[in-house]
Amino acid sequence: MADETKATELDATDKMPENVPGGDGTGEQIGRRQGMFGVRGTGDTSGYGGLSGPVEMPGSSQPPYGGWMDDVATALVEATRTAGIEAGIEQVVVHRGEITFNIRREDLPATAKLLRDDELLRFELLSGVSGVHYPDDSGRELHAVYHLLSMTHNRRIRLEVTAPDADPHIPSVVPTYPTADWHEREVFDFFGIIFDGHPALTRIQMPDDWPGHPQRKDYPLGGIPVEYKGATIPPPDQRRSYN
Amino acid sequence: MTDTADPYAAAEANTSQGRVFTVTGQDWDSVVSGISDEHDNKVVVNMGPQHPSTHGVLRLILELEGETVTEARCGIGYLHTGIEKNMEYRNWVQGVTFCTRMDYLAPFYNEMTYCLGVERLLDIEDDIPEKARVMRVLLMELNRISSHLVAIATGGMEIGALTVMTIGFRERELVLDLFELITGLRMNHAFIRPGGVSQDMPPGALDQIRDFIALMKKRLPEYAALCNANPIFKARLEGVGHLDLAGCLALGMTGPVLRSTGYPWDLRKSQPYSGYEDYEFDVQTWDTMDAYGRFRIRVNEMWESLRIVQQAVDRLADLEGAPVMVGDKKIAWPSQLAIGSDGMGNSLDHIKHIMGESMEALIHHFKLVTEGFRVPPGQAYVAVESPRGELGAHVVSDGGTRPFRAHFRDPSFVNLQATSVMSEGGMVADVIVAIASIDPVMGGVDR
Repeated sequence: MADETKATELDATDKMPENVPGGDGTGEQIGRRQGMFGVRGTGDTSGYGGLSGPVEMPGSSQPPYGGWMDDVATALVEATRTAGIEAGIEQVVVHRGEITFNIRREDLPATAKLLRDDELLRFELLSGVSGVHYPDDSGRELHAVYHLLSMTHNRRIRLEVTAPDADPHIPSVVPTYPTADWHEREVFDFFGIIFDGHPALTRIQMPDDWPGHPQRKDYPLGGIPVEYKGATIPPPDQRRSYN
Repeated sequence: MTDTADPYAAAEANTSQGRVFTVTGQDWDSVVSGISDEHDNKVVVNMGPQHPSTHGVLRLILELEGETVTEARCGIGYLHTGIEKNMEYRNWVQGVTFCTRMDYLAPFYNEMTYCLGVERLLDIEDDIPEKARVMRVLLMELNRISSHLVAIATGGMEIGALTVMTIGFRERELVLDLFELITGLRMNHAFIRPGGVSQDMPPGALDQIRDFIALMKKRLPEYAALCNANPIFKARLEGVGHLDLAGCLALGMTGPVLRSTGYPWDLRKSQPYSGYEDYEFDVQTWDTMDAYGRFRIRVNEMWESLRIVQQAVDRLADLEGAPVMVGDKKIAWPSQLAIGSDGMGNSLDHIKHIMGESMEALIHHFKLVTEGFRVPPGQAYVAVESPRGELGAHVVSDGGTRPFRAHFRDPSFVNLQATSVMSEGGMVADVIVAIASIDPVMGGVDR
């Protein structure tokens, strides 16, 4: 019996966001969450509409990061110091056993080259590049996220590079990782990030004459209302959202 | 007929150089006589997107000199369905029903990588019940067999080996029958959910899988007998689609293409997930770096998958009645599904409980089904070894009930980049073999 009680107390749900009031201020704020249950305006009689709290992504971590992550971080700092771009590492985030290096965008190509070639790093494979659009993270709305894999050391790290909406340029890593060719084209296609130095930055999934960049948060999902047995169901982006 | 304008015809051929021929079949003579006037032999051929041997809606743009390919480029996007965007408008559980449709020959891998990402963000990776982990492995390995069978079958068809195609699809049908028995569907299962799998093994399933293993042990040697030493087969595949280790790493190639260079990289061994470290199997490699080696790897991997399936079945036999979903009721779907007189649905016991016995249970059920659970903010990248290589999911949460962003690193998308280096300088007929050895699935490429 006693064991069961203990299991309940340690339940993961106790730590879940809806049970923890707001962010704790240690993370990196990317926006604010308003209300609950998706009700807006005078229709809201629940009283929850006034709720407002920050949305915080995991914040910067301090060494030691634990295990092999310290080796990677130390080797990367060492290598960038030698190359004179140590300031390029803006912050390090360790979350859920994964390590993310936020890299200043102008230092990305040089850092990528170090990561691939340095003996202690050896990230031979670029798994992929994915774009993320944080519309409320002003000045750094567009993020390009690089997933790197070192087969030599069997490790994975992540690089995150940001660019403002007003100046959506990030240098290309195609010279270092040729596989980034299609990945960067995809991120350009869907988010409008321009990868300077890419050999042929054209759309890849959408038609060449498509207007806009579909996976940005300000690009609507589209869709039409569907009528079923007399009731009308709105398209998914106009339904009630609990976010 | 003739006075009706073709609405699908190009209004006017816009080209900066050369003449344009529209080839619709049985009119090759007009092309040949047309280009004989030209000074050089250079022809740019648009192959696809509707061409039976381009593996779905893949468009190849080939520049030919005679029968030699001088430049090869891929045009993709014809099957883009906006799955990643759509997932941002559904809750975390519903996301599974979308991503399972990406790489339609390997649906369980799509579900698996997404669910592992969500589970990592929820920090419940260690809480997944043993039975759910074994069932996931079982389904994935059966899926690897069915996917490799299609790869071999379509690859055979494209070089005219029709028997390889018919026997490949014959065996694949057996695997799909097992999927139908276990999940209710042949494709697009949405069976693996964040926290576990959607329901338990049905009665009699283990016996059927054992029968399948016994049958496959008789049938798999047929592929070896038909192909391994077949002089025509070898002549078409050997030395075609050459790509060495350095080329593979530069282009991000994984899966059988990487292993055909002799490098034993398999995420099931190097970065085990879902308990793969507890299964006995060998990573299959070949050292010829060509299409023939990739074929042999696929056949050998089916044998290894059978070994894993056998071990998983043995474990499941000891796990009768064990839970298949995480114990946390804030994440686990609130009902146990059951087969009723009108098919599968919520179990009647559960309906009775929420409708007649407990108001709180009803509220809880309603909240979880309509609103869904929240996932703590953060991002995760989790990769699994799909039949085609590293399939990864980059899952980003802002703490809401829906994915803030879900991006999939599909191995077909990445591996297709090697089309140029594998085909240029070779014969046009070898382009088909090279692409078949990559085994791209356009649903995964375009998402």
